[in-house]
Amino acid sequence: MPKRLTILIAEDSPVDRMLLSTIVARQGHRVLTAADGMQAVALFEQERPQLVLMDALMPVMDGFEAARRIKQLAGDELVPIIFLTSLTENQALVGCLEAGGDDFIAKPYNPIILEAKIQAMHRLRRLQATVLAQRDLIARRNQQLLDEHRAAKAIFDKVAHAGCLNAPNIRYRQSPRALFNGDLLLAAQAPAGQMFVLLGDFTGHGLPAAIGAMPLAETFYGMAAKGHSSTDILREMNAKLKQILPVEMFCCATLLDINPLQGTLRVWNGGLPDGYLIGANGQRTPLGSRHLPLGILSAAAFDDEFEHFPLAVGDRLLLLSDGVIESRNTHDELFGERRLLALLDANSDPARLFDEIEQALLAFHGQVQDDLSLIEVSLDETLAGAPLSVPLVAHRSRPIDWSAHFELRAESLRNGNPLPLLLQLLLQVNPLRPRAGAIYTVLGELYANALEHGVLGLDSALKCDAEGFQRYYELRRERLQALAEGHIRLELSIKTHDGGGCLRIAISDSGAGFDVAHALQLQRCDQCLSGRGLHLVRQLTDGFDWQADGRGLGVEFGWAAEA
Amino acid sequence: MTITSQLSADGRELTIAISGRFDFNAHQAFRDAYQRQGASPQRYVVDLQGATYLDSSALGMLLLLRDHAGGDEADIRLLNCNVDVRKVLSVSNFEQLFVIA
Repeated sequence: MPKRLTILIAEDSPVDRMLLSTIVARQGHRVLTAADGMQAVALFEQERPQLVLMDALMPVMDGFEAARRIKQLAGDELVPIIFLTSLTENQALVGCLEAGGDDFIAKPYNPIILEAKIQAMHRLRRLQATVLAQRDLIARRNQQLLDEHRAAKAIFDKVAHAGCLNAPNIRYRQSPRALFNGDLLLAAQAPAGQMFVLLGDFTGHGLPAAIGAMPLAETFYGMAAKGHSSTDILREMNAKLKQILPVEMFCCATLLDINPLQGTLRVWNGGLPDGYLIGANGQRTPLGSRHLPLGILSAAAFDDEFEHFPLAVGDRLLLLSDGVIESRNTHDELFGERRLLALLDANSDPARLFDEIEQALLAFHGQVQDDLSLIEVSLDETLAGAPLSVPLVAHRSRPIDWSAHFELRAESLRNGNPLPLLLQLLLQVNPLRPRAGAIYTVLGELYANALEHGVLGLDSALKCDAEGFQRYYELRRERLQALAEGHIRLELSIKTHDGGGCLRIAISDSGAGFDVAHALQLQRCDQCLSGRGLHLVRQLTDGFDWQADGRGLGVEFGWAAEA
Repeated sequence: MTITSQLSADGRELTIAISGRFDFNAHQAFRDAYQRQGASPQRYVVDLQGATYLDSSALGMLLLLRDHAGGDEADIRLLNCNVDVRKVLSVSNFEQLFVIA
């Protein structure tokens, strides 16, 4: 059904003006008339008509200028201008178009053609109005979404906190929007001195990915702080994601367990592109995907086997999300693995590598990309630093005198990690809390020694080169799997006296024992990180002794009474 | 992207053929291909001969099919993968869940 419009007619000839307004009014539209361009602009401002019929040549202000001004006043809104002209020269017609004219009609006016043009222009008007309304709606919604993302990210940051991503030996690049692109980057310092780093990439984008990231981060940080092993953390994260994610969603992830005290790196990669271990001499070891991503397999089917590599001071670890390799530039070219490998090959100074990759990405895309994540962890002396300290609880220390004995036999040695439990027990003793990190580190070293060298009879000399390293951990796994008998005994005793108190940890195992004094001498090998265990234990404790048969060690932590 | 599906004469094997980009846009069509009324095939074949590209949401769709087809008991073969497609599948270690040939 034709719509009634308000139409402005600008025509200097009174006869033509009369004729045209009669035709238009008869068609049911409301008519406004102007005798020149100036009047037309003034009337337009006053009445905001929806369509203008404009003569080109008029006194005071011609139709071209009036059309330009009206278009400007109309702004985004489409106010169609139909030029009334008997001009036939192309140049004049082009002038009409340039002034913003949308159509022409020539004299003599045919009422049917005129109405057809008016209605066509009206449809165009409505279309334009719809597009504008939708554009504004989309812009508003997008703004809302960005605001919500900002708020959600702020909440996420409170829950997940930055962990130790800001440690001096870590460099990373990840945009604040990354969370909503499904990327997740976590790093935590464990009580025993390891650093755990997780790079995750959820399938899909937006809210679902961000919501999935939340429990993952909580599990990671919560368990890392309590001293759980990387295997336990990994299994728990997989189980949690399997439980909460819909079937079609999963999380590709690489988990690094960096142990500077033992000089070991444990890597689990499920579905992410190769990461790299880069030696100080530039030698590069890819850390490839060996597993299905997190959240697909049930706990029973999940494969938690890590790969082991030796680590030395000066080594670097580089992880990247597939956004790096799969990103495309404005010419739709893929950055690709080849470009990345060329960069790695060309690098002559590992310390510059991170910058080189960033620069190459920037040069390739011409702008900063917000859907890729990149992290580099370098092994420097500071990594082995500051052990964890747990805040004191607010109650007065009372006299204490207890001891606890644990004997872990084959089945428990195979499946369990008793250390988090023991740490929680010891943290009940207030004066020990400031030294939680040191105690945990010592417990970890003693336990690993007793298990690997004592019960399993592994020779740490194997760990001297990369192959032997891998072999060592294969043997560890095999022997642990096959373990039928053997035990580790742990005795914790705590006693307070007037001047303070003392914790004694004694550990013994069913192994053949070893020459402790000899081992202490052998282990003075500075450039190799592995085998610093016993020295470290000695440094961190206030007393260190051993049984003559080398099957048992004891350490002490003492404290002075509060003033 | 086009997806066609064909049930074998004995009704026991459903072949889903995908050509073009296998990505999020294929979601509904891929679901429709295996959620046929009345059909209950025991084996599935996903023919990727014409598939030029596969993204992580396509991996998700394959997991949905696996779930639909009985989870750990599902018998699904992914056939005729080109080099790029095979690379995506192998980085994610999907050969542990599907027979890839």
